[in-house]
Amino acid sequence: MSSGHSTADIQSHIKVYMTVFAALAALTIITVAASYLDLSTGEGILLALTIASVKGSLVASYFMHLISERALITWILMLTAGFFFVLMFIPMASFIDQAQVG
Amino acid sequence: MDIPYTVEERPDTGLFNAKLGVWLFLASEVMLFGGLFSAYIFLRYGAPVGAFHEWGQELNIPLATLNTLILISSSVTMVMSWASLKLNDFKKYKLYMGLTLLCALGFLIIKYIEYTAKFDHHIYPSTNTFYAIYFTLTGLHGLHIIGGMIVLFYFWIPGSKMWDSKPEQFTNRIEIAGLYWHFVDLVWIFLFPVLYLL
Repeated sequence: MSSGHSTADIQSHIKVYMTVFAALAALTIITVAASYLDLSTGEGILLALTIASVKGSLVASYFMHLISERALITWILMLTAGFFFVLMFIPMASFIDQAQVG
Repeated sequence: MDIPYTVEERPDTGLFNAKLGVWLFLASEVMLFGGLFSAYIFLRYGAPVGAFHEWGQELNIPLATLNTLILISSSVTMVMSWASLKLNDFKKYKLYMGLTLLCALGFLIIKYIEYTAKFDHHIYPSTNTFYAIYFTLTGLHGLHIIGGMIVLFYFWIPGSKMWDSKPEQFTNRIEIAGLYWHFVDLVWIFLFPVLYLL
């Protein structure tokens, strides 16, 4: 977060933190409840990871102040996200390759 | 000679130096955990269909849910400790930082209970590939909690003397320690469903 906050700014931030906390707690309960639904494996994974992504975005945006952070940080994280997705898809590519050979 | 840009922002980055440093460190942490998440996908695909879900049935979901709520609470108390310093309320800073440490300790105690329950049932990392990656991921995450606790304890008691001489620099230190702590929380937010619920 860029510097220079008035007391009123911080007090309004605190209200946001409490709202985010309530949302995170509710989403945690929803994640657990959703795991008991009769879903296919693919649907279950999609739902659980979607909820986790929403929770992660809330933490990053508000607790880590990314929503009001400098552009440089955003660029660093976008680059990191690019490498992260490459890392995630390497195993998938390997399995596709194996399936084609098989 | 003083270290430059501990409080004021560098003109070219628009950030104080330590904040940029911590964000770069967190980027490297994303890749560290990313590699292990990638290994998880690899092992899950490699296991017989449904085996990972079946092997994971031994895990204690209520305890892990409680741990998730504890870690989320610790993120709130962490950000509140920073906000307290911004409001010049040092006593509240001490209170919230103490609560953050208490939550961290609670998380570790629950993790210890979970681990010992597994060992009592003769479940080890060598039991199967699910438990190999489960212990690796949660163990590495636990080490991050311990590392964070050491830093936060330093800022709670001995390092807090800086508040008297350099309050703005101390506030920045708490902000970047908080960035690390929220990252550790963020990692758990993904570990919880991936390991316990899927």
